[in-house]
Amino acid sequence: MLPAAGLLVVFLAGPIAWAVAGSLTDRALTGVSATKPEFIGLDNFARLFADPVLPLSILLTVVFVAGSAIIGQNVLGLLLAVLFRAGSRAVAGTVGAIVVTAWVLPEIVAAFVSYAFLSADGTLNAALSLVGVTGPNWLYSLPLLAIILANTWRGTAFSMMIYRAALDDVPPEVTESAMIDGAGTWQRLRFITLPMISGTIFTNLLLTTLQTLSVFTLIWVMTKGGPGDLSTTLPVLAYSEAFSFGDIGYGNAIAIVMLALGAIFSLAYVVSLRRRGGLT
Amino acid sequence: MSATTAARRPVRAPSVASPRRSATRFWANLVLIVIGLLFAAPLAWVVLASIDSAATYRVAWPTKPTLDNFTEVLTPELTLRPLLNSLVLSTGAAVVTVVVSVLAAYPLSRYRSRFNAPFLYSVLFASCLPITAIMVPVYSLFVQLRLINQPWAVALFLAASALPMALWMTKNFMDSVPVSLEEAAWVDGASAMRALFTIVVPLMRPALSVVFVFVFLQAWGNFFVPFVLLLTPDWQPAAVSIYAFFGQYGTIAYGRLAAYSLLYSIPVLGLYMIVTRGLGGTFALSGAVKG
Repeated sequence: MLPAAGLLVVFLAGPIAWAVAGSLTDRALTGVSATKPEFIGLDNFARLFADPVLPLSILLTVVFVAGSAIIGQNVLGLLLAVLFRAGSRAVAGTVGAIVVTAWVLPEIVAAFVSYAFLSADGTLNAALSLVGVTGPNWLYSLPLLAIILANTWRGTAFSMMIYRAALDDVPPEVTESAMIDGAGTWQRLRFITLPMISGTIFTNLLLTTLQTLSVFTLIWVMTKGGPGDLSTTLPVLAYSEAFSFGDIGYGNAIAIVMLALGAIFSLAYVVSLRRRGGLT
Repeated sequence: MSATTAARRPVRAPSVASPRRSATRFWANLVLIVIGLLFAAPLAWVVLASIDSAATYRVAWPTKPTLDNFTEVLTPELTLRPLLNSLVLSTGAAVVTVVVSVLAAYPLSRYRSRFNAPFLYSVLFASCLPITAIMVPVYSLFVQLRLINQPWAVALFLAASALPMALWMTKNFMDSVPVSLEEAAWVDGASAMRALFTIVVPLMRPALSVVFVFVFLQAWGNFFVPFVLLLTPDWQPAAVSIYAFFGQYGTIAYGRLAAYSLLYSIPVLGLYMIVTRGLGGTFALSGAVKG
């Protein structure tokens, strides 16, 4: 147990403590403050909360998470899981394999592939022109929508697999008896199946939210947070402040904000698991 | 498992005769096929463009299928060395994680202590934190400790970031190894360590290989960590070098980019298939206890 605790303390707790300490200094990548950072108290946070880019970035992060994790991945994942039970086995198997492939691919390859798909002369616009629609340049005119689509494409498999397992655990007797009472497909889904897997839905919402909060590579490759700051979510903001503008202290302050956000969701997950007696 | 499928079968079977159910099935299949095509279209690009000498960003059937893209990118400095670096980094991270999580999971699984629950809850909590959030502080920590460009330090960091999840998995797997086998070893005079390495670890081999592959895949696909911590090309893994390639030639050499992407992805897809297909039902451990 000691080596595990050691590794976790050095590489996970260490950086967090370092982030707190660093966020209170004016440490920079180059120049005087790189060698002799000075203690500046809460100045970074004061600057951060006064910075107009922070509310924009938080808003973009919230829309990104809501659009791609909560609506995109969860709704599409649940839809796929439900359809798998209604559709034929061969179709379900093939579609499932395709969706999972998008998820297993390394993130940077998924980013290239989405970039190609959504770029101005990419596949999506080619398909749209077949039906007579001239598609926009997704990556420039609708950057947020582009990254939401890409993250939905990449992440749906996770929710799909979780919901498929949850639906398999719903005892068939319950839905059967509802069917005998005359409930239609939609009613059975709405009043029997969904309430029975509500715990899974809650857990999955938390997990996909946490995963989506930390998405960096996909956005960095597709838009670099641009144009302007129009797709700069918090991880991209922390990276560009720290490395493109060389302000490590400021980057640390953003990291703290992000960690605090993550900690809230993570805590909610642990508490909910504990309440349901999930541990041992 | 088999009992529930057997029980479900009679419910599904009459659907052939019922027009309403077959209509449902038709619409479900139709929607599934549409979603499947939408998901497949981006994937089709990477496959088709990699064998197309005149590839663009859109899906097109190659007029002259060729392997030129692959032969052009398969050079030591462009792909082979970065892929080797990826292999070394990911293997290192996975080995460290598996060893450390076995050592840590053993007391958590076998001894009751009042520290167990708080420790496990904090591990679970840590496994959910966004790793990207700590990359800026990790970078400045690495600068202070002079660990930038040190591949072993990066492998250790990758191991640490995968450890909470791996520890959690290992502990749950270990709980399913019957304790009576070790009790027999203890009676014969084996120490706890000896019992762990001669009884528990061999029994857990399939489970541990799942954990190993899980960590390996995460490390192999990780772009952000080496992008921030490894700045010289000597040790950069494929994730970073393919990004550099994209930056330099991404707008011209589509075919070669796709070929490189495929080369880099195929090990991941292969390992994932092996784990899900081959090691699916390996928990026949309780069969080791007889009478």
